[in-house]
Amino acid sequence: MSLRPTTTSLATVLAPRAKPRPLLVRLLLNPLGALSVGFLLIVAAAGAFAPLLSPVDPNFTDLAATNAAPFSDGHPLGGDSSGRDVLSRLLYGTRETMLACVIVLAVSMAFGVVGGLIAGYYRGRVETVLEFVADTIMTLPGLVLLIALYALTGPNMVAAMFVFGIIIAPNFFRLVRAVVVSVRNELYVDAAKVVGLSDLRIVGRHILWAVRGPIVIQSAFVAAAGISIQAGVDFLGLGDPSKPSWGVVLQDSFRSIFRNPVAIVWPSLLISLAILALVLLGNALRDVLQAAGSAHPLSSSRRRQLAREAQPAPADSRSSDSVLAIRNLRVGYPSGQNTVRAVLHGVDFDLRRGEIHGLVGESGSGKSQVAFSILGILPKEAVVLSGSIWLDGADLLRDKAALRAARGTRIGYIPQEPMSNLDPSFTIGDQLIYGLRAARKMSKSEARKRVLTLLDRVGIVDSQRVMKMYPHEISGGMAQRVLICGAVAPDPDIIIADEPTTALDVTVQAEVLELLRELSRERGLAMILVTHNLGVVADLCESVSVMQGGEIVERGSVDEIFREAKNPYTRDLLESSRAVELLEVES
Amino acid sequence: MSQPILEVENLVVTFGHGRHAKTVISDVSFALHAGETLSMVGESGSGKTTIGRAILGLAPVSGGTVRYRGETISNISRNARRKIAREVQVIFQDPYSSLNPSMRIEDILVEPMAAAGVGGGRARVRELLDAVGLPSDAASRYPREFSGGQRQRIAIARALALEPSVIICDEPTSALDVTTQARVLKLLKDIQDATGVAYLFISHDLGVVHNISDRIAVLYRGEIVELDDARTVAMHPKDEYTRKLQMAAPVADPQLQKERRSARRAVLFGSTA
Amino acid sequence: MLLTLLTRLARSLGVFLLVTIVTFSLMYSNGPGVARATLGLSATEEDVQRRMVELGLDRPLLIQYLDWLGGVFTGNLGNSFFTGEAVTSALANRVPVTLSLTIATVLITIVISVLAGVAAAYYGGWIDRVVQFFASIGAAVPPFIVAVILVFAFAVSTPLFPATGYVRPAESVTGWLTSITLPVIALLVGSIAGGAAQIRGAVLDALSRDFVRTLRARGLSERAVVLRHVLRTASGPGLIAFGLIMIGLLGGALFVELVFALPGIGQLAVLSATAGDVPMVMGGVLSIIVIVLVVNFLADFSNALLNPKARAR
Repeated sequence: MSLRPTTTSLATVLAPRAKPRPLLVRLLLNPLGALSVGFLLIVAAAGAFAPLLSPVDPNFTDLAATNAAPFSDGHPLGGDSSGRDVLSRLLYGTRETMLACVIVLAVSMAFGVVGGLIAGYYRGRVETVLEFVADTIMTLPGLVLLIALYALTGPNMVAAMFVFGIIIAPNFFRLVRAVVVSVRNELYVDAAKVVGLSDLRIVGRHILWAVRGPIVIQSAFVAAAGISIQAGVDFLGLGDPSKPSWGVVLQDSFRSIFRNPVAIVWPSLLISLAILALVLLGNALRDVLQAAGSAHPLSSSRRRQLAREAQPAPADSRSSDSVLAIRNLRVGYPSGQNTVRAVLHGVDFDLRRGEIHGLVGESGSGKSQVAFSILGILPKEAVVLSGSIWLDGADLLRDKAALRAARGTRIGYIPQEPMSNLDPSFTIGDQLIYGLRAARKMSKSEARKRVLTLLDRVGIVDSQRVMKMYPHEISGGMAQRVLICGAVAPDPDIIIADEPTTALDVTVQAEVLELLRELSRERGLAMILVTHNLGVVADLCESVSVMQGGEIVERGSVDEIFREAKNPYTRDLLESSRAVELLEVES
Repeated sequence: MSQPILEVENLVVTFGHGRHAKTVISDVSFALHAGETLSMVGESGSGKTTIGRAILGLAPVSGGTVRYRGETISNISRNARRKIAREVQVIFQDPYSSLNPSMRIEDILVEPMAAAGVGGGRARVRELLDAVGLPSDAASRYPREFSGGQRQRIAIARALALEPSVIICDEPTSALDVTTQARVLKLLKDIQDATGVAYLFISHDLGVVHNISDRIAVLYRGEIVELDDARTVAMHPKDEYTRKLQMAAPVADPQLQKERRSARRAVLFGSTA
Repeated sequence: MLLTLLTRLARSLGVFLLVTIVTFSLMYSNGPGVARATLGLSATEEDVQRRMVELGLDRPLLIQYLDWLGGVFTGNLGNSFFTGEAVTSALANRVPVTLSLTIATVLITIVISVLAGVAAAYYGGWIDRVVQFFASIGAAVPPFIVAVILVFAFAVSTPLFPATGYVRPAESVTGWLTSITLPVIALLVGSIAGGAAQIRGAVLDALSRDFVRTLRARGLSERAVVLRHVLRTASGPGLIAFGLIMIGLLGGALFVELVFALPGIGQLAVLSATAGDVPMVMGGVLSIIVIVLVVNFLADFSNALLNPKARAR
């Protein structure tokens, strides 16, 4: 079959790639990871070769060595209260500990992982039942069940660890279930179903693959809990006293703490270090598996240095009626070892009184970064590399007091996603009134009156009732009106709207655009409208700045630029937009 | 006209049971013919995505039937579906979630062939990548190394792997930038010209579907309110809701947009303000 | 609201029955074993049989359980096999000890871990690293090790605090305070570590919400954003975390009571278990389960109260 369409113009060049290192290498490159792997390997080897390494039999009593001090003849770590060699007992005890870990891991994984897979993949009633069981087990103090078990079986480490495996299985269950539920909703699982893959193949190929990382991490923590509980049970005296184990040694040394206090050091140290090593291993695994290359935080000294180097830029007033002027704004994000990659490369921008200015660009063009910079709400890791934002003679990037005074009061903000930008814990009225009073000094009843009037104005029917509602009770379009009301209520003269209609249906979008236009006209609001949609710009804006790759590539009046763009990128943008629009509509 | 390849008859989709039951699609019928593009347009909650998912067996069909070349394909087993899979494929909206991040592109493209038991192997993978304008060294890479537009091309390649006669395109461009969107739409059109595949194209945007569709159906609250050839629906809609939809999307031309705005107000409020 | 309350109550009751049935059958399924444990190794088969009839262990397990369950509501849980002391009176003496220990620990944990967790999440940088470092270590060291080390350090080396023993607050408040100081510290290490890590996570999650950015842009002070909105959002997961910590503390209390010779339920359960005094063990188990269920119910329910969506149901 000839599949080949005319795609020469579409051919894409891919960036050269860096080959990822294997997991074990990355783990060993992590200092804590290497340290804990090393320690655990030594402990495991000590357990495996206990018969070779032990000076004497762990149960051999040498009355002369009773409570012997460490480093005494033939007993490197001393003797216990019955004259048995502590080192030998700890070495042999390692075997018990290892066995305990294996049992706990095997049992908890068998129940937890399988249960989690079933619950997450099939959902419905099976999930409800399994969840109830898991919740119930989670709420039990596991030791209580182990004590009840002791009444039945007497000292029996294998049975106790088996039961503990069941008790701790909900950890795996919850983890696996959560991952499976989220993966199940991924479209690639739907795609696999569409091509007719069986459930077993989907679970094997797509779902197990996704949960293996979290399971490996969790295993380290579960093994740590296993060591802790095994030692704990033996320490309580519920273990088999004839078998040497870390817990039994600790118990014995604790009993003779007044005669031989140093003896408690060895078992305590061994137990704590083994658990710590597993916890650190789990943390290192988490770093390696889940944060692969994403986080490269800047050191605080480097951050301070960059802040010092950031040059302000003078406010050479280009036009007399400019209310807000951005000069040479450069913003960067950490990337790699203590280096910063700029996402804004010197943006200059003026907003005139009462003007609606569109800031247009595609994803990654930096348009939202400009908006966030003005309001001082850039993400924490962002770094301002240079430039100034002038409002009333104050540089908002440096004068924190001016920024605080301007936010909400002089400059209002309308976000993109209506639902996630309202706090679900407070009623609409509560958030609006509180927000208004944070910006303007006024009494509660005054604020309430103002908010009510404005809610009516933004087109909310029955505003009294809506004030008492929670965000989850209203629609997305209504939520966006509420947010607009919140931005406009303190009577600012500038509004920054970040894609205010992108999340809305097109019919609702038309109404919201209409509302923004009317509000701007009534109140003489200047507005920066950040959007990717040229139709929205054509509808609402008087002037426009086109952004590409962190720079403004063209600016001017909307009429001019839309008629005759000079920049090739702007032309491409316009052409692409118009290709998918109903330009001529016959009525 | 010849016998349609895909027929949807009195389709009803209900989610949940008893008190919580929610009917998303009520009594929708339409037919898709070989080589044509039929678009389903509607806003959120109109059920447009659910129709596609019901045809693919991803949403429950509670009433009515879906037929492929006269054969019922609604409520069939996964095994029976495997046969249909060769004929009916899908391109999803979100190119980030539709490719398994831990699989190489090659494995993603081979998966449908392996499931259907057809060979072709690496040569076929190269052919598919070529068809969607990606270099053949893309095969050994992971999805995270690609941009949104490139990922969507990979998803298109996967849909093409079994040479289907129908592809359900569920908002394939709405997550993309506008310049990328134009290129992907052109690619879809080119593929149709080359292979004669039929598209069921799902979108919220009347403008996007206007140029590529032969016919357009407008959905509102789980029902088709208008279904006609593309030009008629886009330019001379009869239904009031379609008209609202048509007027609502702003166009990238300030003069034209001003006229449309007042026309829209005239439709809504009966006067030119 | 009422429905939420009722379903949660029903759920607690279900858990109660499930857990008591499991533990009861574990302990009583071997009737002859239980009887023999009260008699010593020299007992003959006839002695054991007689003892079983005497203690009612020859009846079907279900009847024994129902009998015991009836006792839960009438306040008669039987008597110790050895001392003859009524289980209920033993519990009445011991529950306050364990509760005072765990509640004191939880209260201190809440204060310290909220401060540390919020500071770590909000300020980041070195504060975050320090908190995370101590949280890792604190979570790694089991309570019995901390307890042993404390006894070693204070009682053996520098006897500032009494190593062991318990003074009732009715006898001497200062005596009581000094007697529970070391046990509380032993429990605090792990619970603060766990609590701080949980609160840090919850606050980080809350701080990354979109509405936090919007509130800042709207001119709210940092104080208002953090105290009013971020803490409110983090309080749900935080409550659940503290509920689980309190439950974990009941396990930790077992060790601590044994190490410091505090007459609490944990000590009672362990000593009775090793001795084979089954009614006493069952009494201890019962009181721990009841405390767990009450804690769980309170955490769950107050979480539902905080969440407007759940409240509406």
